[in-house]
Amino acid sequence: MGPSGKSARGVNLVPRMKTRHRLCYAALFSLLLLGLLSSGLLQFWPRGTALEDGDAPHVTHSPRHVADLPRVQLALETPTPEHGDMSCRMHTCFDVYRCGHNTHRRIKVYVYPPAHYVDARGVTVAHGFSREFNELLSAISESEFYTDQPARACLLLPSVDMLSQQHLRLKETGQLLAQMHSWKRGSNHLLFNMLPGSVPDYNTALDVPRDRAFVAGGGFSTWTYRPGFDISIPVFSPFSEEVDLPHRPPGRRTWLVVSAQTNIHEEFREQLQTQEARYNEEVLLLEGCVGLPPGRDSSRTRCHGDHIYSYPEILQESSFCVVLRCARLGQPALSDALQAGCIPVILADSYILPFSEVLDWKRAAVVLAEDKLPEIYNILKVISQRQIEDMQRQLQTKVDPRSSDRQNDVVSRPESRSVDSHTAKDGQRCPQEATGKSHLRALFFWERYFSSMKVIALTTLHIINERIFPYAAHSYEHWNSPPEVCWRGVMNPLFLPLEPARARGFTAVILTYDRLDSLLRVVTEIARTPSLAKVLVVWNNQNKNPPPSTVWPRLNVPLRVVQTQENKLSNRFFPYEEIETEAVLAIDDDIIMLTPDELQFGYEVWREFPDRLVGYPGRLHLWDHETGKWKYESEWTNEVSMVLTGAAFYHKYFNYLYTYKMPGDIKAWVDNHMNCEDIAMNFLVTNMTGKPPIKVTPRKKFKCPECTAQDGLSLDQTHMVERSECINKFVSVFGMMPLRSVEHRADPVLYKDDFPEKLKSFPNIGSL
Amino acid sequence: MRATTRYSLLLAAAVAWAMLVLLTIGALHGANRPFGRETSRRPTRKWPRWQGADRFPRMAVGPVSSSVDKRNRGVNELEAPEEGPRIGPKARRAQRRPLVRDRRSCRMETCFDRAPCSAHGFTVYVYPRGKGERVSESYEKVLSVIRGSPYYTSDPRGACLLVPSLDMLDRDRLSSSYLHGLRSKLPSLPFWNGGHNHLLFNLYSGTWPDYSEDLGLDPGYAMVAKASVSTEVFRPRFDVSLPLFSRDHPVRGGLPGALTSNDFPPSRRYLLAFKGKRYLTGIGSEVRNALHHLHNGRDVLLLTTCRHGKDWWRHRDPRCEKDNAQYDRYEYGDLLHNASFCLVPRGRRLGSFRFLEALQAACIPVILSNGWQLPFSEVIDWKRAAVVADERLLLQIPTIVRSVDSNQILALRQQTQFLWNSYFSSIDKIVLTTLEIIRDRIFSQFSRNFLLWNLPPGGLYSRPEFSTDPGRFPFYYTYLGTRPTKMFTGLIHVISPVVSQSQPLLRLIQAVARSKFCAKIVLIWTCDKPPLSRWTSNPTALTVIEAKNKSMSARFFPYEAVQTDAILSLDEDSVLSTDEVDFAFSVWLSFPDRIVGYPARSHFWDAARERWGYTSKWTNEYSMVLTGAAFYHRYYHHLYTHVAPRELRTMVDSLSNCEDILMNFLVSIVTQRPPIKVTHKKQYKDAMMQPGTRTSRWADPEHFAQRQSCTDAFASIFGFMPLRHSRTRLDPLLFKDQVSVLRKKYRDIERL
Repeated sequence: MGPSGKSARGVNLVPRMKTRHRLCYAALFSLLLLGLLSSGLLQFWPRGTALEDGDAPHVTHSPRHVADLPRVQLALETPTPEHGDMSCRMHTCFDVYRCGHNTHRRIKVYVYPPAHYVDARGVTVAHGFSREFNELLSAISESEFYTDQPARACLLLPSVDMLSQQHLRLKETGQLLAQMHSWKRGSNHLLFNMLPGSVPDYNTALDVPRDRAFVAGGGFSTWTYRPGFDISIPVFSPFSEEVDLPHRPPGRRTWLVVSAQTNIHEEFREQLQTQEARYNEEVLLLEGCVGLPPGRDSSRTRCHGDHIYSYPEILQESSFCVVLRCARLGQPALSDALQAGCIPVILADSYILPFSEVLDWKRAAVVLAEDKLPEIYNILKVISQRQIEDMQRQLQTKVDPRSSDRQNDVVSRPESRSVDSHTAKDGQRCPQEATGKSHLRALFFWERYFSSMKVIALTTLHIINERIFPYAAHSYEHWNSPPEVCWRGVMNPLFLPLEPARARGFTAVILTYDRLDSLLRVVTEIARTPSLAKVLVVWNNQNKNPPPSTVWPRLNVPLRVVQTQENKLSNRFFPYEEIETEAVLAIDDDIIMLTPDELQFGYEVWREFPDRLVGYPGRLHLWDHETGKWKYESEWTNEVSMVLTGAAFYHKYFNYLYTYKMPGDIKAWVDNHMNCEDIAMNFLVTNMTGKPPIKVTPRKKFKCPECTAQDGLSLDQTHMVERSECINKFVSVFGMMPLRSVEHRADPVLYKDDFPEKLKSFPNIGSL
Repeated sequence: MRATTRYSLLLAAAVAWAMLVLLTIGALHGANRPFGRETSRRPTRKWPRWQGADRFPRMAVGPVSSSVDKRNRGVNELEAPEEGPRIGPKARRAQRRPLVRDRRSCRMETCFDRAPCSAHGFTVYVYPRGKGERVSESYEKVLSVIRGSPYYTSDPRGACLLVPSLDMLDRDRLSSSYLHGLRSKLPSLPFWNGGHNHLLFNLYSGTWPDYSEDLGLDPGYAMVAKASVSTEVFRPRFDVSLPLFSRDHPVRGGLPGALTSNDFPPSRRYLLAFKGKRYLTGIGSEVRNALHHLHNGRDVLLLTTCRHGKDWWRHRDPRCEKDNAQYDRYEYGDLLHNASFCLVPRGRRLGSFRFLEALQAACIPVILSNGWQLPFSEVIDWKRAAVVADERLLLQIPTIVRSVDSNQILALRQQTQFLWNSYFSSIDKIVLTTLEIIRDRIFSQFSRNFLLWNLPPGGLYSRPEFSTDPGRFPFYYTYLGTRPTKMFTGLIHVISPVVSQSQPLLRLIQAVARSKFCAKIVLIWTCDKPPLSRWTSNPTALTVIEAKNKSMSARFFPYEAVQTDAILSLDEDSVLSTDEVDFAFSVWLSFPDRIVGYPARSHFWDAARERWGYTSKWTNEYSMVLTGAAFYHRYYHHLYTHVAPRELRTMVDSLSNCEDILMNFLVSIVTQRPPIKVTHKKQYKDAMMQPGTRTSRWADPEHFAQRQSCTDAFASIFGFMPLRHSRTRLDPLLFKDQVSVLRKKYRDIERL
């Protein structure tokens, strides 16, 4: 390297430097490490414990013994909470600040760790859980609501089993609630209870002293229930778990009404007996069995004279099932009836029906005053079979949205509709189950709200969640519409019967590429329509700029040109800001044959039907039995299910739907094939509104007579094949055929009437 | 060597720095995402999985080792029996009434006697006004609506509901319209009976400073229909929560909703607006004092003023001057109509006029009034039309409102209009809704479900006694995804005796019966001569009903014999071909909520005489379709017979005219749409106009004049003109097209 002297000096120097530097570096590194550690601690630590459930890995934990629970002894002087305050409401007894505003709009629920509680004398207060309570808590802890940090929790759940009050030591249970670390007079604490009250007077709400805690209780009466605060939950029936009933489609049953409760009061039984004696063909009154052969479970059997029936199977044989109050208002018989698809007839005065805050019981049950029991037959008899079946569907629905043989399904219900996954998500109208996989069987009310402790627990939490985040709440339809109804029905997004003012006029949107002459002619032609408010030319040619303003004809209305980024057909249906009127006239750059009368009349018809497509030439879809496919049909039919958008009026809202809410890959398909944008629009509008388009005037085709000569027969045929392909493609994306055909068209009132032409509003209506 | 070491040391230092920087960034990044993935290493403590969980006891059986209650061990609580005969259901019901000492716990079961309602149906009695009693204009309107309703009875004995004529609308002691002495007058009403089955109306209660909800009198067991009621005081399913309406709220008609177009995207110039008083002190001041935090002067305009009351300047604070200046810059009506959302904060009381004003203006209400029982909340789902926020989370409101997307705004806004038009726009709607809510409770087996109340046309026009099944009404087919039955019943109104086989009636029966959609033909026999017996042997299902009541309204009676959804209503002299029938029916299937018929008529405003006119001339538009030949849903018979104001039906019967005009009015009120005219051959009209035939009533000028005055009278009794014009006629697709007749499905329509 260098000269030796230098190196010698260097050699001498190096160790000195080394020691000095070593120290330096050591100090530097230790400083660095310290900084790292402290910054890491500061930045990570407090949040490191935070967990989002969605991200949390599934934790498997080894089973534990109830006997191993830590023992917690209550001190003698542990305060007893006050009894529930009847005036408590969410805005007075609930601390909303605990729940915060989070982006997920989801409350967090904390479950206190379980313990073996003993009183001051060492006698057990609470130890262990019922099977139901264990299921309830494990469902909650597995759910998206769960957090294991009390500080982050909006709701707190004591892990003390209070589902049945019968065996509770009331005062002591209250005391152990009060000593929970975040009790704070019970606010935000939720207590689950299914069987309130006890011998002999059976109060209708949990008697444990509980301060401001709120109760998810089965069997509330209107006097103990605090509306908007407490939650009425169903009484879970063990049969939900133990019995699997076969599906029974809605229809007629052997019996009109069955009563199969064993514990009803003598007085009720006598009244039912009178009914049975009079109408024994249709009323069946069952009792518990005595002297059963060994091995038969008495809870699974019911008797009528010598006949032994299996319970709850027998409920499937009846249209209606009596659910009478007994000692308690809430009865597991309600769950059994729902499970069996038997419409419950609920007679329990003052009972708050399960989840009545969100469920519309009037669609699924008959609720009668107790003193109507002697008239029960006559009351039920007038309910039509149609309504019975509607209610049965509400309880229990079988859906096969995409049955294995879809084509058959479509053929058998060619005009049925479904909610495909996209509309369901966007509209939030239907529950997600509606879009489930094939052969999914949905038992509606029972399955969603009664069938397990899990659904009961989660429904309760969902209801509370909706109270905290009301603007993020689910719709009535989400809670109440069985998937089948959801699937077929539509909520028209433009449901208000408004008639747009004529003076607002319409905006003509002309999609053009390079046929300038023709375009200018179209502009001049449509400018003669009185209600035209604006012309918007969508210049779809990127290689050529639109002509300068001098070329355009002088109009009385504004003319705007938009140049697009890409030559795509869907540019025609883009929601341009320039469109200020509700009415849009989509028109091709070669449609010159429409007279001002025809256009003006089209606009008038649209004003009467603003939620529909209103167009001139109509087209039809047909089922081809030979090929087993849909087919596109053009002129000269007696029916119409689509109108061409070469000239059609529609609401500007549909531009938005077409651009942003078109299901599946239809938009891309249209752009790739440069065809069928009009068919797609027809599908979309009919699917959203449930209404077919309206064809106006006799106009059958657009092309002028001299143009048709160019279209050879073969060209015409390829065209038809392509269009048929589009229909089949769209049907597969929508999951069904939304189009509907009608046999009428709209003409001016005096069209072709023997009446002086000059007195007609629209005399100049072209023929073909 | 030296250099290598130095380099390596430098490198080490560089690496260390880089690590530090990286880690710091990582940490900061982690801080930005508090729930970052890297933090999820710590497992969540979940509910343990217990050994032997499947052997845990059922809740109904209780703990196996229970040392608490040995007696009940093993008893299944799910089967807990009804109490012994000591307190049977009957005894319990009998006991319940005296048990309710506390009137705050009144419910229908305890404080209301259903017996008179079961015996006489839902009848409402209004006490006559006592001598020298003062009644405010508003309360007079309320009473007049009840007196004009179909439920009114003049017999207090057996009335299901009784309404005192004592004006209790204003119970604010400091108000000038407060009436003294009611406290003693109320219990001395002749049928008071402790207040059972009485209904009291109240808009204002309590006064400064605490504005308690005390009425200042003992309502006994009476139900209270009250505005600004709080959830604590409100007795669920017993009281009714009213909207606060102003003194000049109209009895009938009322202002229609302000929304005229469904513009999209639906955002208006301002996002959120409010303009009102700011209370400097006292109850309700908290929220309004804090509003300025949200005001941003751009799209959130929350304007308050201190200038109210006599001595506002005594309490004024430094902000007042600035606020007042801002306040004066904007006009209230302008804000209402140009804001997407309108804040409805509580005032001194929980409810305010602002609520109805916002609803009318299609400005989505953002309700900020903790504990307010929203108007008619028993039946109206306010989630569909309003945003209910929490006073405690005031500062979140802009975020909440901004998170409502365009689609939701579109739906919410339309719903405000539907609710306003259906339940709030006039006093008669508010009062009738109150009565219908109570009626639904009493006759719970015939009560409306949620859909009937919350989808157009709303609870007042979907009558539960017709059906409680939405699928039976003409309005919900698309919503439910169902269709009307594909058959119709021909209903022929016969007024003249049958003499010969060649009479038009027989030809008509034949033509209608030939339609493959015809399920049955029913003849409504209002002619004095009895029908021929041989008609019953007609091959088609032909039923003859002799109308007991020979009035014009008999043709619109809801006959049991009609089982199809569609009715083809016919005059005996109508001339129709089977093709015309079939085509019109196919049109009706597309528009099951409208009247679909052949000859049409029109109404117009006669400016010279300042009244509504009626014309049968051929015009370019029409607003009525004659029910002498028209399809419509059978529900409209129910509507005509049970819902149309009684005085109108009486008018029709006494004139023997205008029944079809009334029907058109009713259907247009319900649908807010014109009827539909389909094409037909001209014979029908010609036959009708021939003088000398039995139907010459059409040619009678007197008859025409009557129809003129009917149109005007109906509009004034309903309080508005519901009819709408259409310029469209529906024709078969190939109608009069130049194409072979053989291709056409409805050939006969074109043949003359």
